[in-house]
Amino acid sequence: MSEITRSHFDPRNVRSEFPVLNQELKQGRPVFLDSAASAQKPRAVIDKEREVEEQYFANAYRGRYSFGARIDEELEGSRKKIKAFLGAASDSKIVFTAGTTLGLNQIAFGWGRGRVLAGDEIVISSMEHHANFVPWQQLAQESGATLKLLPLTEDGRLDATAFEYVITKRTKIVAVCAMSNVLGTENPIGDLARLAHDVGAILVVDGAQSVPHRPTNVAADNVDFLVFSGHKVYGPTGVGVIYGRADRMEEIQPIIFGGHMIRRVSLENSEWAETPARLEAGTLPIVQAIALGAAIDWVNQTGLASMHAHEHALLEETTRRLMEIPGLTIYGPSPEYKGSIIAFRIADLHPEDLATMLDRRAVFTRHGHHCTMPLHTLLGVTATTRASFAAYNTMEDVDALVAGIQFARQKFRLT
Amino acid sequence: MSIDDILQEFEELLDWEEQCDFLIDLGLELPEISTELKRDENIVHGCQSLVWLVAQRVVEDGVTVVRLQADSDAIIVKGLIAVLLAAYSGKTPQQILDRDIEALFERMGLNQHLSSTRRNGLHGMVQRIRGFAALHAV
Repeated sequence: MSEITRSHFDPRNVRSEFPVLNQELKQGRPVFLDSAASAQKPRAVIDKEREVEEQYFANAYRGRYSFGARIDEELEGSRKKIKAFLGAASDSKIVFTAGTTLGLNQIAFGWGRGRVLAGDEIVISSMEHHANFVPWQQLAQESGATLKLLPLTEDGRLDATAFEYVITKRTKIVAVCAMSNVLGTENPIGDLARLAHDVGAILVVDGAQSVPHRPTNVAADNVDFLVFSGHKVYGPTGVGVIYGRADRMEEIQPIIFGGHMIRRVSLENSEWAETPARLEAGTLPIVQAIALGAAIDWVNQTGLASMHAHEHALLEETTRRLMEIPGLTIYGPSPEYKGSIIAFRIADLHPEDLATMLDRRAVFTRHGHHCTMPLHTLLGVTATTRASFAAYNTMEDVDALVAGIQFARQKFRLT
Repeated sequence: MSIDDILQEFEELLDWEEQCDFLIDLGLELPEISTELKRDENIVHGCQSLVWLVAQRVVEDGVTVVRLQADSDAIIVKGLIAVLLAAYSGKTPQQILDRDIEALFERMGLNQHLSSTRRNGLHGMVQRIRGFAALHAV
């Protein structure tokens, strides 16, 4: 693999590395604006998956033969890359899991069960994805703890003036997203970690949206746990990561049993292997976990800071252009407070109708509640349209989105 | 517009682009139902957009027929509603039960062009109409 760091970030070059985007559909060139749901994969990642499958695939941490040894080495290499990418301390732990949802459930029930008791509080925010909402709601219900929400400001940011009232001495866990999957809002993770630790609570971060788009530094922010998914960071589906501070990770109990996580089983009892194996039951998503390392290499080579700056420019331009469209409401704060996600609605144009018309122009957006029903209830709408950007998007994609919206407005006789 | 007229026009259109435009036109032309009919009990579940459907049994010239009123907050869904109303409204319960709606959707190519959630929504409406017809069939 080439180790060249690109001196100039050119989105066209980036785009050319994504085979799926370099095809001509009947409706035209695909304009992919749904990377917040799942990002496309560069050739480097696809090639890595193929390399593993074709050259040395075997199960992990089991075989005493050359394929198995190579797999183990590649997996450990992937863990190291992830650790460096997250800015994690060398003694911290990286556990492979299926994705953000399973990872958050493992923390909620593996760490929270037995530690969060009746009368305790779990604090989340009003902008959480169901994956960082429902596990805590379930934990609260089974433990008798109270689930509390950090409120939002009018423009969809966390209301910092409420932090000290909501996070109290009874709080055991604060769990928030670093970036909202609907509003795009970026949250002050370092501040929340300090507030949580001041009251003896831990901070759990849903990094699914933030990790692919801006530098993460779990050590500087003093995060206890952070979870993210491979497929949103240009990697494969089926693999995700739990980062944990060394001491915290030891506190998680396994909630899934069998396979690789076992040390010894007798009729009476079972013992677990060391961390991370202890928390990686069954067979790992081996190819995917290795290719996630390749995805991180790709991001590092492309340059996360350049990608972030580029995506932000797209966000600013889109915001400016959408605000000119009559009847269009953007949900979420102004671009300076958010990452490259823009959710909106147009008066008298149902998101489902808009999605159909955009699809006719090969503009792929997401519509619906985006797994944030409580947030949509707060916003007072059942559905929004969401456009989200990644490194491969271009200003032409923004043009295509705006043209697609105008096309829909015309067809639905809104002009 | 009768269902046969709709079908004929639909088949004369060149591609999904034109057919989609036709559904939009049908949707825009479909009259809104009154606000008082937009009650929870009239909501058809399984749709991503809101769909209200009201079925009534009426006797017209001595014949029992089913009269349908329906509406949605999404226009393309309203277009599909217009197709269903043309196929079902004003028909006897037995005619409703006898109609092979799948064959109609097939001829219109809807299964190919609608997302699975929309197809589910459409089938939800069909189930509701057929259920009502079954209750009133002799």
